[in-house]
Amino acid sequence: MTTSQRETRIAASDEVPTIEVLREFDAPPERVFGAHVDPDLFAQWVGPRSVTTRITRWDANTGGAWAFANDRDGAEIAAFFGSFHEVRPHERIVWTFTYAGAPDGVALETLTFTELDGGRTRLRVLSVVADFATRDAMLASGMEVGVEEGYAKLDALLAADS
Amino acid sequence: MDHSTEQLNRVFAALADPTRRDLVARLAVADATVGELAEPYDMTLQAVSKHVKVLEEAGLVRRSKVAQRRPVHLDADVFDLMTKWIERYRRTAEERYRRLDAVLSRDTDDTDDTDDLRRDAS
Repeated sequence: MTTSQRETRIAASDEVPTIEVLREFDAPPERVFGAHVDPDLFAQWVGPRSVTTRITRWDANTGGAWAFANDRDGAEIAAFFGSFHEVRPHERIVWTFTYAGAPDGVALETLTFTELDGGRTRLRVLSVVADFATRDAMLASGMEVGVEEGYAKLDALLAADS
Repeated sequence: MDHSTEQLNRVFAALADPTRRDLVARLAVADATVGELAEPYDMTLQAVSKHVKVLEEAGLVRRSKVAQRRPVHLDADVFDLMTKWIERYRRTAEERYRRLDAVLSRDTDDTDDTDDLRRDAS
């Protein structure tokens, strides 16, 4: 880990059901922002490597909406949708985020892009959900769309349990 | 998958269920028998006992052989669990942002793409 100083940092509040994510990038805000609003770029990084992200709706403007699905081996395994509440170029995106498998749940996410010295960017993502149970389920949700293929084993465990 | 990952996976699987999450929250306050744990729920003692067994197998709680007479004790430090959740979530986010790093560095190699991106984004 040669880049430990810039590794993702996470904070989960004890007071309110939020998750805060902080990460720095070696690119200026307009490009980090661009990779969030350009659907072709977004699809390249948002999903785990083992899945393909298929954008099904995309209007990255204030008042617009988005939706995408994750496919594995040609079959859809998960879908997500939300609204672009505010898109302020190179500075800020406020969107809602819902996992279609749990349509009553919604996270309100505020993304802030701050310019750092040397053409770098700090991204802050603050997610707010309805209650602590939902927040904790989100924290535990790495298992559902896990980055490590080993998590498939856990998926099987969960399926067997239900 | 190493032992600690398997253990962690069992913990996640156990806590994926809302009833079991509730049981853990209540046991964090005080030990309770299966009968006491079952009181607030509209489910059989056997069903609650099964949930407790899953928690037990995940290493979250302990109880003696005479399960319905002896209190269930929460073994795990809930704050420690939260730390593990956060670390896994952090790793997921870090992996995602490394993919974004790769997208951003690819763009740098091609000036035309960067210009397109700027135009698209504004």
